Amino acid sequence: MEKQSIEQLQKICTQLRRDVLRMVHAVQSGHPGAPLGCAEFFVALYFDQLRHNPDFKMDGKGEDLFFLSNGHLSAGWYSVLSRSGYFPVSELKTFRKLNSRLQGHPATHEHLPGIRVASGSLGQGLSVALGVAQAKKIDKDDKLVYILMGDGELQEGQVWEAAMYAAHHKVDNLIATVDYNGQQIDGPTDKIMDLKNLKAKWEAFGWEVIETKEGNDLKSVIEGLEKAKAFTGKGKPVLNLLYTEMGYGVDFMVGTHKWHGSPPNDEQLAKALGQLEETLGDY
Amino acid sequence: MSLDLKFTFTEKKDTRSGFGDGFLEAGRKNPNVVGLCADLIGSLKMGDFQKEFPERFFQTGIAEANMIGISAGLAIGGKIPFAGTFANFATGRVYDQIRQSVAYSDKNVKICASHAGLTLGEDGATHQILEDLGMMKMLPHMTVINPCDYNQTKAATLAIAEHEGPVYLRFGRPSWPIFTPADQKFEIGKAWKMIDGKDVTIFATGHLVWEAVVAEAMLRQEGIHAEVINIHTIKPLDEEAILESVKKTGCAVSAEEHQINGGLGDSIAQTLIRHNPAPLEYVGVNDSFGESGTPTQLLEKYGLNAENIVKAAKRALARK
Repeated sequence: MEKQSIEQLQKICTQLRRDVLRMVHAVQSGHPGAPLGCAEFFVALYFDQLRHNPDFKMDGKGEDLFFLSNGHLSAGWYSVLSRSGYFPVSELKTFRKLNSRLQGHPATHEHLPGIRVASGSLGQGLSVALGVAQAKKIDKDDKLVYILMGDGELQEGQVWEAAMYAAHHKVDNLIATVDYNGQQIDGPTDKIMDLKNLKAKWEAFGWEVIETKEGNDLKSVIEGLEKAKAFTGKGKPVLNLLYTEMGYGVDFMVGTHKWHGSPPNDEQLAKALGQLEETLGDY
Repeated sequence: MSLDLKFTFTEKKDTRSGFGDGFLEAGRKNPNVVGLCADLIGSLKMGDFQKEFPERFFQTGIAEANMIGISAGLAIGGKIPFAGTFANFATGRVYDQIRQSVAYSDKNVKICASHAGLTLGEDGATHQILEDLGMMKMLPHMTVINPCDYNQTKAATLAIAEHEGPVYLRFGRPSWPIFTPADQKFEIGKAWKMIDGKDVTIFATGHLVWEAVVAEAMLRQEGIHAEVINIHTIKPLDEEAILESVKKTGCAVSAEEHQINGGLGDSIAQTLIRHNPAPLEYVGVNDSFGESGTPTQLLEKYGLNAENIVKAAKRALARK
């Protein structure tokens, strides 16, 4: 795939944000906050980093694979999958509706291209990604496995089982990114269940940790992912601590947990879309 | 008076060894077969496979949730993972992981569960899971298998390696009679009529198939001819075999090392009630936890041995 300019990628980010807002607004349900904050990550990954084939095959042999552990970011994931050719953009209008392949949380049951495992019940994705990474090692497939987790999700114990396992088994073909927005559904993470020093925690578990401090700046996100990639194959799993702002891109949604799981009404949608130019054409 | 058993044995062995030997053989047959275990390799008899295929075996430590997730990932990559631990930790502890990452995601993962039921013995109720068949059979996409002796467990292990889709394979700890043939063909979902009879049908699964064989001989001494059907596959249930037998005998007993609620008996009752309502008596654990003791003592105290199957058969007959 030909590399796209930062300006072009930025346009995709803006369109992704429009998609997300229109999708959750249309069904008056879903989670807009976190996918707005992860737009740069999704776009950097799918349009710049992944060596992947939108002609989807479940086993993903010979490809870089991505797993979304915090499945409630589904609207953002569906947008980037459709915009990168996995399925028609027009299908985004079926999000969360009856008989759709775009389930509320990602699922394989309806055979949506791009999805390899269901997610939504938190804390399971890292384990699954580890299994895929180890299958690649058995097959001597040198491609990488990427996964995104929420920061609140790290409160699940299974994540730390997987963290311990990854270092012990030297799963160094995996890059785990944590969406470090400091928010969860009931409030800020430091009020709900303080994560304390995440960098030190992951390092203590034996991971190589890099920090992407500007998680809503495309260039920084790409640099962070490049840096993470440079650390693969060195005997340690790699963690990318991605500092983002929940709700980024819309002035009245940014930096608060209030839009974690609440859709905008008609008026709020109009106001939000007024701040996001239609760049690639709405679905 | 000695019993005239229709099936006999010369050797006893644990069903988990049948799993371990079948697993090794499956690994030799198919390079995609891989193994995982949560710090119970010795108990699950997975050591021979690990020794022969170290690059295809993953020790997860005491972290069953992670093991299930990794198994789902390995399956995505085209492997056939056999994830082994005690039945308690392979089901109740990781139900959500199995539900989302394996069953709902339709992953070709084999959940291999040892030390199921009361016959685990002295470890007591914390480890004696009696709810696992119910939990697993409720999951869409899941195949549930509970073989009866070493030979059948080995055959079942080889069969599930060839079967595409998630499977729960349940076996146990105690040394148990080997009374089925070594060369048996294991057909998933196909009940095995072991003994022909006309008066009452005994549907048994797991270790209690042997108790059913003994019960049949005891009943025969009293002139009652029981049919014994080995239901090694709880799901999909062989409804045709069940209905055909009960049509002939007119009443039935279910026998399982499991809670009556949610077990094999429940599945049989559902089948009968829809197609041919007939008296059915349950031999199973009646809404209680187990306790420490020897397998024999526990089967007796909780009403699961051959004598209890005989009593249940007579109750069923009386209701015809």
